Amino acid sequence: MTQQLDLLTLTAAGAADLLTSGELSSAELADAYLDRIEADTDATNAFLHVDRAATRASVAHAETLGDAAGSARGVPLAIKDLLSTADMPTTCASKILEGFRPVYDATVVANARAAGLVNLGKVNMDEFAMGSSNETSAFGPVRNPWDPSKVPGGSSGGSAASVAGGFAPWALGTDTGGSIRQPAALCGIVGLKPTYGAVSRYGLVAFASSLDQVGPMTKNVEDCATLFNIIASPDARDTTCVGPRAPVQLKRHERLDGVRLGLPKQFMLEGVDPDVKAVIEENLRQAVELGAAIVDVDLPHAEYGLAAYYLIAPAEASANLARFDGVRYGHRSADADNLYDMYLKSRAEGFGTEVQRRIMIGAYALSSGYYDAYYGQAQKVRTLIAQDFAQVFEHCDLVVGPTSPTTAFGIGERIDDPLAMYASDICTIPVNLAALPAISIPSGLSGGLPVGLQLIGPAFSEQLILDVSWTLEQVFDFDVVPGRLRDRDQVGGAA
Amino acid sequence: MTNKITIEDARHVAKLARLGLDEKQLERMAGELDMIIESIGKISDLSLDDVEPTTHALAIVNVFGDDVPHTSLTPEQALANAPDPHDGLFRVPRML
Repeated sequence: MTQQLDLLTLTAAGAADLLTSGELSSAELADAYLDRIEADTDATNAFLHVDRAATRASVAHAETLGDAAGSARGVPLAIKDLLSTADMPTTCASKILEGFRPVYDATVVANARAAGLVNLGKVNMDEFAMGSSNETSAFGPVRNPWDPSKVPGGSSGGSAASVAGGFAPWALGTDTGGSIRQPAALCGIVGLKPTYGAVSRYGLVAFASSLDQVGPMTKNVEDCATLFNIIASPDARDTTCVGPRAPVQLKRHERLDGVRLGLPKQFMLEGVDPDVKAVIEENLRQAVELGAAIVDVDLPHAEYGLAAYYLIAPAEASANLARFDGVRYGHRSADADNLYDMYLKSRAEGFGTEVQRRIMIGAYALSSGYYDAYYGQAQKVRTLIAQDFAQVFEHCDLVVGPTSPTTAFGIGERIDDPLAMYASDICTIPVNLAALPAISIPSGLSGGLPVGLQLIGPAFSEQLILDVSWTLEQVFDFDVVPGRLRDRDQVGGAA
Repeated sequence: MTNKITIEDARHVAKLARLGLDEKQLERMAGELDMIIESIGKISDLSLDDVEPTTHALAIVNVFGDDVPHTSLTPEQALANAPDPHDGLFRVPRML
């Protein structure tokens, strides 16, 4: 290494350049990140599993691949612990899977390895992806690199904090009701939820099968496009996956002439913090200066989105989590002397409170006498929300608004108030219900904390979303390095 | 149509979900479920008789694979995480 690495600013593309120029090797780069992860000066707790031997093996594998692997060969990747990795444990941040080692790689992980990406480690998350703050993890909360007393958002809190805190150049997250976009917004990074069906869910531990998607979390839009292209592919092993429309090739236009951005009034209501609204309004002014037109649009059924989601997602989760019964894998209670007792105790001991709560909501909503009134109605509301968006896209190209109604809140502030926690997702949830793609890009600060702008597109419009995001990114000129780390950690690998 | 969720309701649902919650946990759960369902259960009041439910996120039908045998997991792999493997089987406590 001829110069000190600045892990806080290093993008995946920047890392690839250093590797190509021979300034440092893939092993040295991975070691630099691992040193910083180990030091973890702020107790960020972004990583659940690091294994230098496994990472070294991953580096060795990447080096056997030729140039056909692509430009990102040798660049380390942090992987959300909801994704199956054959070389590291997968716990979903739950005691029920503590120590579990999958016997195969998820398709997105296999795609990443084929592109020469290096497995840097598994990152922390809300347990089974249920949460908006990374506080339900059985292995401790994650701290926001911008302010360690604040949450990083969730459920992909570890993924977001690893990128924002200089622990990884990029990460994989997952999004069921906003779990990529909201932590991206709270940590000041880019996060894309692809169209449902664009990316394979094979090997992704299922939370809500009709809503889950894997997506990239990166320092900038360029890296986001690169990682999306790496992970997205059709997959015969996931019959809900049709793959992306085409690889994204960023056009890098300097202006947005002719682009119509729809602003739904439902996204700028009283629930949204006034300071966040002010940032978004400034963002829209900047977009207009670039030639975009802002169109007022209406999503009349968006207000029922939260209710529909908190019926559909727990219902699907209650079915998906039935497999964790202590029979074939995972925690088995030592206290049970018969099979029925084994189920009851293993699950009560292994699952955390929020997971138990959601399983109960889901089982209730699906139970005899309530199925039509709750789950059935929620599925109808879903149709109405999808129709609302379809109508809106006749008048605009992308829908825009704040990703999160507030900036990062305090650790411990909302954890005992489920309804307040669920409200974190009001702007992101309708997108999953309609199976659409959406991105959050960092667009400003409020009280020293990042604000994210969300852009939502029609199905399979990732190219348009990324193109418009790239253009806005240039003009927002957001500094992804958390202010408090700038003087303390900048220019240096280990803190 | 949101009725109050009682501890008996919670006990019934916990049984469906095979969650071994004690009395204190069931009482707390009943209260929380009641609060949550009261808030989100309002959608059961909407009149949506003419609306089709969305059963699939993506409008694809009849996704089939060719009926071609291929290798799956080996028995060793399948048992790799078993709490109590025995003779190539998953051993569990007796049923009764």
